[in-house]
Amino acid sequence: MRASNRRAVIAGVHNTRQARRLEEETSRSLTVKAILGALDDAGLELSDVDGISAMENSTSLIYDLGVGPAWQGQDFGVGMFAEAAAAVEKGYADVVVLVAAQAGSYTDRAATAPWTRPENEFVAPWGMFTAAEFALIARRHMEVFGTTREQMSRVAATIRNNGDRNPEAVYHGRGPFKPEDITASRPIAEPFHLLDCAMTSEGGCAAIITTAERARSLRRQPVHVLGAGVDFFGPSYQFPPSWDLRGRRDDTANGWAGRRAADLAFRQAGLDRGDVDVLELYDPFSFEIIRQLEALRFCPEGEGGPFVEDGRIELTGSHPITTDGGLMSFSHAGANPQMMQRVIRGVQQLRGDAGPLQVPEAHVALCTTGGAGALFTGVILLGDDLP
Amino acid sequence: MTTRLRAQTRDVPHATPSEVTRPFWDACARGELLFQRCGQCAHITFPPSEHCRGCLARRQVWEASAGRGTLYSWTVVHRPVTPAFEPPYAAAIVTLDEGYQMLTNIIDAAPEDLRAGLPVQVSFRRTGGDLWLPYFVPA
Repeated sequence: MRASNRRAVIAGVHNTRQARRLEEETSRSLTVKAILGALDDAGLELSDVDGISAMENSTSLIYDLGVGPAWQGQDFGVGMFAEAAAAVEKGYADVVVLVAAQAGSYTDRAATAPWTRPENEFVAPWGMFTAAEFALIARRHMEVFGTTREQMSRVAATIRNNGDRNPEAVYHGRGPFKPEDITASRPIAEPFHLLDCAMTSEGGCAAIITTAERARSLRRQPVHVLGAGVDFFGPSYQFPPSWDLRGRRDDTANGWAGRRAADLAFRQAGLDRGDVDVLELYDPFSFEIIRQLEALRFCPEGEGGPFVEDGRIELTGSHPITTDGGLMSFSHAGANPQMMQRVIRGVQQLRGDAGPLQVPEAHVALCTTGGAGALFTGVILLGDDLP
Repeated sequence: MTTRLRAQTRDVPHATPSEVTRPFWDACARGELLFQRCGQCAHITFPPSEHCRGCLARRQVWEASAGRGTLYSWTVVHRPVTPAFEPPYAAAIVTLDEGYQMLTNIIDAAPEDLRAGLPVQVSFRRTGGDLWLPYFVPA
């Protein structure tokens, strides 16, 4: 039973320009551009907004945009969409703006990006950073299930070739890539080579969540939030990223993070895995795609490697993934923008806005954020209609 | 010449220990690898915590590990997180024989020697400054 007859929809989305560096921009300037872009896409005004979700910036944006009294969200990634949808369905807000942006925070290029570096006393002395955290998950899977270097290269080449064809992508025109090109790039944190890894970039994005009823009179076709779930095992980058980390209640290991979330999302939506037309999977590292396909039950445990070998995950395959080029080729602008952008891409696919990368007959999109290397995974199901 | 994985020699980043974690680092400087065992349920907690992660009792007792275990997973890092680290180095998760896991680096080995289940033992090394770190070497 739903708590009310209010149904949350995504009524507008916007990506600002994304680039390795946006010299003239700041995080705030991109935030403002993203908000205005998403409102324009939806056909709404700032005066319609009574909710903001921007992590730690929610409160200051409510003040600076003059939209108070307003509801404020605190979550990130897929979770912020679930949180805002719940707020709209409960009636805490009618029009919520979700936004994330970053420019100018990666200045020390001798080090890895600031959002990748831990400060924990049991982590930092070992030279850990995000690539190493996720590499520990990948290596364990290789040892247990025999996943290969070549299989990871297939994933990275597929995603990078999507970005190669996406005019909005930071690495537009950089391909095409063959799996051998991925394997031949320089090693970063083995098994990962440079082209297995997300880029660093700058940019912003925003989305508007409102009720289906309100959206009926707006500019764009609304995209329905059909179901969502988030699985956390603890804080990112403070504890060993062990595949076998388990809690006391559920036997599901961290290596399968996202399984409970996906089961929940599919149950809420009343859909099966076979109903999904496009998978906007979060791709911080190539192996994470193989893991998510297993964790989310698109293939049996240990079979994610073979699953990606036969073209199934390419744009023309049965399970097209990460169709804008993802974190590897579209953009990875910090802690949260690239997470929101997985959902935004799902919206674009369901509205038929994906241009040369449009998946034909895309009615249901599954979007993810996170990964086992960071001890969390979120899953959201979007639909162009209610099932 | 094959690459050998070695301990870091510069002043690597590390957070200031808290009241809860200071005994662990003090013991490292003495050549002891400590973990917490619950005085109520005997559950092992690592990294250290004020409360037992098993029964939540606040009766943590420091105990010395034999320092032996097996390699659970590893990554040979070629692009260091900051210039303080000299690559390559092998960040790793080790499963101690007492049954808990910790992050470390594997040293005194060649990258091609590393495999899941490799027997390892603790080896304390001093990096830049006064920091003693519990590295692991093949046993």
